[in-house]
Amino acid sequence: MIPISLNTWLIPQLHIPDGFLSLAVSLFFWLIAIIFIAIAARKVQQDFDDRRTPLMGILAAFIFAAQMLNFPIAGGTSGHLLGGALAAILLGPWAAILVMAAVIGAQALLFQDGGFLAMGANIFNMGILTALIGFGLYRGALRGAKRFKLIIAAIAAWLSVMAGALSTSLQLWLSGTASLQVVMPAMLGVHAFIGVGEALITVGALAFIFKTRPDLLSAGEVRGRGGRGWIAAGGIITLLTVLLAPLASANPDGLERVAEKLGFINAGRGAPYQIFPDYTIPLLGETPLSTILAGAIGALAAGVIVVLAMRLLRQRPDQSLSAGDQ
Amino acid sequence: MQSFERYQTGNSFLHRLAPRVKVVMTALFILSALLIPDGAWTAFLLSLMMLLVLIRIAAAPIGMAFKRSLVILPFTLTAFSVLFVTPGAPLIVLHPGPWTLTMTDAGVIRFASILARSLLAVKIAILLTATTPFPDLLHAFRHLHLPRTLVSILAFMYRYLFVLGDEATRLMRARQARSARLPGRSGGANLMWRGKVAGGMAGQLFLRSLERGERVHQAMLARGYRGHIYTLNPHVVTRRDWLFAAAGVFLLLLIQLIARFPLL
Repeated sequence: MIPISLNTWLIPQLHIPDGFLSLAVSLFFWLIAIIFIAIAARKVQQDFDDRRTPLMGILAAFIFAAQMLNFPIAGGTSGHLLGGALAAILLGPWAAILVMAAVIGAQALLFQDGGFLAMGANIFNMGILTALIGFGLYRGALRGAKRFKLIIAAIAAWLSVMAGALSTSLQLWLSGTASLQVVMPAMLGVHAFIGVGEALITVGALAFIFKTRPDLLSAGEVRGRGGRGWIAAGGIITLLTVLLAPLASANPDGLERVAEKLGFINAGRGAPYQIFPDYTIPLLGETPLSTILAGAIGALAAGVIVVLAMRLLRQRPDQSLSAGDQ
Repeated sequence: MQSFERYQTGNSFLHRLAPRVKVVMTALFILSALLIPDGAWTAFLLSLMMLLVLIRIAAAPIGMAFKRSLVILPFTLTAFSVLFVTPGAPLIVLHPGPWTLTMTDAGVIRFASILARSLLAVKIAILLTATTPFPDLLHAFRHLHLPRTLVSILAFMYRYLFVLGDEATRLMRARQARSARLPGRSGGANLMWRGKVAGGMAGQLFLRSLERGERVHQAMLARGYRGHIYTLNPHVVTRRDWLFAAAGVFLLLLIQLIARFPLL
């Protein structure tokens, strides 16, 4: 039996289900996630070579299992691990992104924890942001003493959760699913606590590994996992989180006004699927004929897309898929 | 150890469909649910009926599908605010403390629509998981051209989920066994200490996973592993799969039309 306490279900987590994000927001973050995953898959293949995938898979299972570990904080709530920052420090940013994407994908597929169309946003919030902050900050602290590194790791772990919460509330708000004035303080407030659990477990795990396998965390080893560019990237994301979170919590109206000026709100709330405005064809004006024609063109386009997609999916000889080639 | 496996053995029509067709159709169904405008109840209802028919065909226990869709409940908390901020005719005015909250009719419609969309999406996802074994899903992803590295990682992760889940359970049982406490007193030292212990467990789990991963890799190399796994299952897309896909797309388009032209 996995011990799951009731309160873990009552806390709004970061796994966004389908239906809460608008199509535009979902697709935008899928695009970002795909770009990062594609680069990560290439990098990992170069650095680890194809044959190390069993190790990566087992480490993904490790993150999954480590998320089950908990400890009591106070008042019946318990501390948990999301693991993004820890994975980034232990495995390097690219491997961590891939591992976290696998974890999030499996959680959606096996437990419906997080949606399919919302998966891009979930990977961005819990895999990409956490890798940037976790690895970036830790990489910057490499010259310090062990104690300093652990403190930085704690800050990075806490911030990675806060950045995820911040990004989640912004995505919900851009989708028109929540009011920023409510969701932002609520998400950040709850995750300020969750982040403490994350920081404690991350530091505890690193301290343990420093003692038993210091070779895994030696400065040279960590440098090999990612260059100096990550320090800058992590620093920028950290700065954005640190600046944006208090600013937006204190004055959400201000952010809303800025977004309105930039035309964000309409982008989020307006239907992105209106290729034909109001389902009429401009030339024909607003006649029933025009509506029917627009509908027919839409149906035809969808049909063509489906046929093309199905053709792509058709069986093609791929050595990884059939034993017959062996 | 609770089983991670959510696949329900069966031999229904849905069980026998090509996995990649199921994956694509599930994605299209979720997309369609997402595209239904606020308050288009006929379209929501038709989608639900389509779903119920599919559940019936799969002979999946309906109660299970509904119970497991409760997974989204905690997240609905985040959407409560739309009840009060969506402009519309006021329904209920609340006065919690110094604030005044006005619940509007448009807000209620928006909230219920968000809930309906996510329930439809989570139920079709449950159905996909219940009728398709995970390894088959992975092959579907390879056919759909996901990066091979990612699919392999998912495959190994699935294989070792159970092993490492057991390992984590053992770690927690060991902690439990050493955590004697007087009744009425809280066990353990301060928060830092408890966090450190949990962290040590995570570190321990990591090292065990790492060492196991290296052992597994060596063992697989010794048995001829060259970076990917072969399957004997052909996964051919047949005429039946095409017909199912065509019917599904047609129905989803119909639902989208009805959602936008209520007269139809």
